[in-house]
Amino acid sequence: MSPSARLQEMIRVIRSARTQGEERGIIQRECAEIRAQFRQGDNGVRSHSLAKLLYVHMLGYPAHFGQMECVRLIASPRYNEKRIGYLGAMMLLDEKQDASLLITNSIKNDLCHSSQYVQSLALCTLGCMGSAEMCRDLAPEIERLLRASNSYIKKKATLCAVHIIRKVPELGELFTPSARSLLSEKNHGVLHGAVVLITQLCERNPDTLGQFRKAVPELVQIMRSLVTSSYSPEHNIAGISDPFLQVRILRLLRILGHNNDSASEAMNDLLAQVATNTDSSKTAGSAVLYETVLTIMDINSESGLRVLAVNILGRFLLNNDRNIRYISMTSLQKIVQTDHNAVQRHRGTIVDCLKDQDTSVKRRALDLSLALVSAVNIRSMMKELLIFLSTCPPELRSQTASGIFNAAERYAPSKRWHIDTIMHVLTTAGGDVRDETVPNLIQLITATSELHCYTVHKLYRALLKDISHQSLVQVACWCIGEYGDLLLKGECEEIEPVEVTEDDVLDALETVLQSHMSSPATRGFALTATMKLSTRITDNVDRIRSIVSIYGSCIDLELQQRAVEYNALFKKYDHMRAAVLERMPVMDKNSPGHTNGDISGELIKESETSKSKPAETGFPSESASQKVCDLLDLLGGPDTPSPAPAITPPTTNSSAGDLLDLLGGLEPTPVVPNLTVYEKNGLTLKLQCDRQTETDVTVTLIGSNSSLSDITNFTLQAAVPKVSLKMRVRMSFSHQGTLCQDTVQIDSFPSDVLNFQPSFSPL
Amino acid sequence: MILSEDVFLLQMRFLLLFSRQGKLRLQKWFTALSDRDKKKIIRDITHLVLSRPPKACNFLQWRDLKIVYRRYASLYFCCGLDQEDNELITLELLHRYVELLDQNFGNVCELDIIFNFEKAYFILDEFVICGEVQETSKASVAKSLEEADSLQETMEEYMSKPTY
Repeated sequence: MSPSARLQEMIRVIRSARTQGEERGIIQRECAEIRAQFRQGDNGVRSHSLAKLLYVHMLGYPAHFGQMECVRLIASPRYNEKRIGYLGAMMLLDEKQDASLLITNSIKNDLCHSSQYVQSLALCTLGCMGSAEMCRDLAPEIERLLRASNSYIKKKATLCAVHIIRKVPELGELFTPSARSLLSEKNHGVLHGAVVLITQLCERNPDTLGQFRKAVPELVQIMRSLVTSSYSPEHNIAGISDPFLQVRILRLLRILGHNNDSASEAMNDLLAQVATNTDSSKTAGSAVLYETVLTIMDINSESGLRVLAVNILGRFLLNNDRNIRYISMTSLQKIVQTDHNAVQRHRGTIVDCLKDQDTSVKRRALDLSLALVSAVNIRSMMKELLIFLSTCPPELRSQTASGIFNAAERYAPSKRWHIDTIMHVLTTAGGDVRDETVPNLIQLITATSELHCYTVHKLYRALLKDISHQSLVQVACWCIGEYGDLLLKGECEEIEPVEVTEDDVLDALETVLQSHMSSPATRGFALTATMKLSTRITDNVDRIRSIVSIYGSCIDLELQQRAVEYNALFKKYDHMRAAVLERMPVMDKNSPGHTNGDISGELIKESETSKSKPAETGFPSESASQKVCDLLDLLGGPDTPSPAPAITPPTTNSSAGDLLDLLGGLEPTPVVPNLTVYEKNGLTLKLQCDRQTETDVTVTLIGSNSSLSDITNFTLQAAVPKVSLKMRVRMSFSHQGTLCQDTVQIDSFPSDVLNFQPSFSPL
Repeated sequence: MILSEDVFLLQMRFLLLFSRQGKLRLQKWFTALSDRDKKKIIRDITHLVLSRPPKACNFLQWRDLKIVYRRYASLYFCCGLDQEDNELITLELLHRYVELLDQNFGNVCELDIIFNFEKAYFILDEFVICGEVQETSKASVAKSLEEADSLQETMEEYMSKPTY
């Protein structure tokens, strides 16, 4: 069988394999044969074997054993063997392999070879896989070739020099003088390489950049002759003379003109000329125009030129070619901040692109549309964005939703519009919104007291329609719990009156409680809302009582705990119920008590209604009520100093006042991240603060037993005020037969924890 | 970021050719990467490009790279570019490469590239070096390829054996 047939035959055989296993078997056999032939050293066959190995490598199989063969073949005097050897080197030997150094000598010799095609192989390979060491070794040789060789070699040498500079930036100085003189070459290949080389040099070294600014007139001249030259078939693509070279020159001009007035001025006319004369009906012309626009926007061009550039982008937006629409939007995105008004003129077209079929175009249009929203166009833009939200592909929904929220927050023309918009988003894309939407919306609703009636009616109706979107359901439950009395009144200026009975409302909440679609958090909302209604409705309190007691034996621990506590509120603490379940005060978003950061941690919980929960949750119901009692003591105890935190608004009920009047008068002082707060009777409590992200800190309270005997019945309660970061902790436990109870006050937290505020999610 | 750190802006990172079934036909890497990284990139990008609808835009964003691709018959030609690169001129580059292949093989098809993969590499290496175009004249590249091939044939005649 003839050797060439061998390679193609092997390929045929491999392709005919029907299964992966069969293919592996064939590959194994072939590799064994290849290895044998490498060992034999028969000159005629080695190159064929390497070619076969390279094919196997492309299929994804290991081919390390071919590396030395590449080295040997490169050193061979025969061109065909060198050719395949160098190809093998580029495919199998990268700079991470040790064997790559072995070819340095061969490359050095081949760089001086009499045949330019051998030189070319060496240059190409060095430019492809040369390691830093090899580059350092061979740089002088390359520099020599840059100066004194024919154009065929020069153009390759320049690009090889580019690679060398990428690997070893200090060698840039070596190439700078020759690079400058290359600009006077006539050969387009060399010129192109020279421009790339100069670009690299300028990017790496600001001094070199300053030097090359003097070359701007020369570059302008080259560019001008390209643009105005008559048709030359050799470099012409679709009527543009050498678009590759034009694009590279424009890019270099961009770097040279950036932040430099004189350079920018020198290229001003040229850019105007290119921008007006280039025919953009085909991709080649559009590529040049695109690069021109980028250059104009990035240098200190005069305003007329900038307007010209933005108009070109606007024209691109109307182009039939989807690619051109896409890149026009990418470019507009870059300049939307600096040239906002100019881009606004094209807002209509951009919004139309939201309806494009292509997802990439849609994504760009979305980014740009969100950037163009302003106080003036908010209503119309929001209409478009909401339509987009209902029809957009799923991967864009969450981005759209958050974009809409941001825009609404910044430019909402009225509160009602704002609430309506958020509700619309929640009904359309409730599953894709971020978690902080719920507290944010609730805060917005509480702040808009004049619309409470309207809001609760709307939310109630949304709830009746659909309970699958958790965020919406949570907000709805919270509002119904909070403003249920307004709902039952039935009348509201903004909405047609509808009869809502107490049973209807309780039915709705129970549906949420019992639905399998509701997440545990949602059910918690619903249960608490049901409980709150006990003070806002008159006839059906018993129904609420029974709901609450049923959930006292719910499997979900959180629900069970809540139910048990609410039960206790009915039984033992009925006199406090009204105060505890009172309407919440208005949350001010900018107050210290409410921000986007949150402290999470096993043992610190928020306490809007001062219902801190005990850390250990596995206790039976009797001690739960005991704990509730203790907790109320903890917070309202006689040793609490009197001044309430200034931010908390005063409440009418005095016992509520006690509850809300938390831990006043404690001054924080900065301290170390790890702090032992209590150490007695074998129990040690340590406080540890870890900053998780810029806005999140996790505070962990670690309890440990330092004694030899067990500590049992351990209970820990913690209370935190809204305003500042302090904590009062009470623990009770049994140790060596004695019941110990103690309270400790933690005044000082580490300073970086103090620098931000906790946020509290409503119950 | 799995791509090499010593890579500067404005560079083509890789060029891949793969079939509609996702089989790789040619891979040219212009930065140094481990085999594992290369395989991962190939897998991800192949999957990304093959799942695009037919009339879609030829550009997409993947991690911090721009991906430019175009389908010619049964082969996808795909490049990874830096953020500052010009996608439109890259489309022209891919087109030029296809033209060169066509000229060399005469009405090139995927099978030509499969059975003569080394030639496809030689052609690419005569057109592009380290991610940059080395010769903007199509005729020039074609001529150099012809002469290099004839140098090879001379060898063959001498050895009285076909090349591979």
